[in-house]
Amino acid sequence: MSAVNGLTIAVPRGALFDGTVDLLEALGMDTEELRSNDRKLLFGDIGVITMRPSDVPTYVEAGAADLGVTGKDVLLEQSAQRPGEGGRDVYELLDLGYGRCTMVLASEAGPDPALEALRRLGVMRVATKYPRIAARHLEETGRQAEIVEVKGSVELAPLTGMVEAIVDLTATGTTLRENNLIIREEIVVCTARLIANPVAHKLKASAIDELLRRLRELPAAARGRGAPDHV
Amino acid sequence: MIHPIPSGTRDVLPDETREVRAITDILRGVFERHGYGEVYTPALEYESVLARADMAEAQPAYRVFDETGAVLVLRSDMTVPIARVVATRYATSEPPLRFCYFAHCYRGVRPQRGQPRELLQAGIELIGAPAPQGTAEALAVLCHALDATGLKDYRIGLGDASLFPALMASLNVPDAARPGLLESLVLRDVVGLERTLSESGLSADTAALLTELPQRRGGPEVLLDMPAQAQEAVTGLRRVHELLEPDVAERVIFDLGLVRNIGYYTGAVFDVYDPALGAPIGGGGRYDELLGRFGRRLPAVGFALGVDRLHIALAGEERGTGALLAGADAGSVS
Repeated sequence: MSAVNGLTIAVPRGALFDGTVDLLEALGMDTEELRSNDRKLLFGDIGVITMRPSDVPTYVEAGAADLGVTGKDVLLEQSAQRPGEGGRDVYELLDLGYGRCTMVLASEAGPDPALEALRRLGVMRVATKYPRIAARHLEETGRQAEIVEVKGSVELAPLTGMVEAIVDLTATGTTLRENNLIIREEIVVCTARLIANPVAHKLKASAIDELLRRLRELPAAARGRGAPDHV
Repeated sequence: MIHPIPSGTRDVLPDETREVRAITDILRGVFERHGYGEVYTPALEYESVLARADMAEAQPAYRVFDETGAVLVLRSDMTVPIARVVATRYATSEPPLRFCYFAHCYRGVRPQRGQPRELLQAGIELIGAPAPQGTAEALAVLCHALDATGLKDYRIGLGDASLFPALMASLNVPDAARPGLLESLVLRDVVGLERTLSESGLSADTAALLTELPQRRGGPEVLLDMPAQAQEAVTGLRRVHELLEPDVAERVIFDLGLVRNIGYYTGAVFDVYDPALGAPIGGGGRYDELLGRFGRRLPAVGFALGVDRLHIALAGEERGTGALLAGADAGSVS
């Protein structure tokens, strides 16, 4: 079958890819090429474009895709930090349930080096790929922090002594454990979300509402509903 | 030599200026023909004066001190300066008053997002004309102006800023829960809205209504078969609809969840959409309380179009390219 209701959907490569493609297949889309060709980016005949998850809000906000799937972590990271700043102008329509991860503050096992740094130096250094979420969390909990943004493996930062703690997304905690890091605080639970361009949400209202209805009717297994403690 | 200019600002060179000027000349002609006289106001105003308005998201972003130490701001829209003009210069004039403007406004930006710091707005303000007649007039002027520019596929999303608060009131939503729910709606966070409702202790029926109703959008049929508790809240939209000329009415998408992120709107609010662009071209609404804050209590309505966005949409329609051109709902006007 061709594009779902004639809509263009931005699909994230990476951890959310399989869950999203399963969902599209459950809606009746022919996903064979999408699954087999991981170099192709634009699948015009099925109305799918693929990209890294953090680019999904960008394409959807600009209207290059009507709908998109991305993690709540990405949406939180790109949302307004303070009033008046203006986050991404997209609608968050549905919690898709899969891709469940927790944003955590972690530090090396043993006496918490972050507490030690706060007590003696007045500030803790925190490495993260999510500088805005990290800064917001530490500000809201009244701690002074120096945020160090890294692009690659965050776990390395505390092991080298560059920082005392990290803020990162974890699904099973395995990578943290393997690097002798333990979770000190859970910040927020994140799952995959369906987002929409605000203009498409009006001009293609019936197509989008019909898709939403079908998504809600899918068996819970296909939507992988998570526990109700997310944001 | 390359000498930089601030991000979000730009030079407009003759080819573009000619096209932009053609658009603004057309708009000016339509506005004048409907009796809207053009005004200029200073780009710099006293912060203490503009602060009388509740701007929310559209707060002035740039402040300077003058030689006496007074704080001046670069205006972030033209509605508030015109409210000042009316209270000051037209304190005793018989309403309604009609003004139009073509003016640069200044907004804060987030880095790396291509947002403009300086944007050219074209708009009207209709002061002293209450709902629903005033609203219908503003919508008619808006459609006539867009038609005159040659924009073909635009639609107008029409909502009511008082609808959701009225609905919460008629459903006896506890006062403490109301700001959070409204905030979710403003942030367009349907997931957050559903979650807050499910945790609020409200009955399932009430929660379902507060989730479902703001997601209703479409033709006038969305105003029909309204649950009893919502009848009152949609009365305003019904009355406007009754007054719309047929060619205006067919452009309108009723959107029960539409809220705008500027604080002073009190009643009808609207956005202009075109499939050639992923963001609204402009919008407006009723601001019946704003003039009172400047000392002349008059109901008012107005809209502003982003001239650059209108230009992009016109160019997109002309080329047949654009973000959302495929697959818009059937029944779109062309």
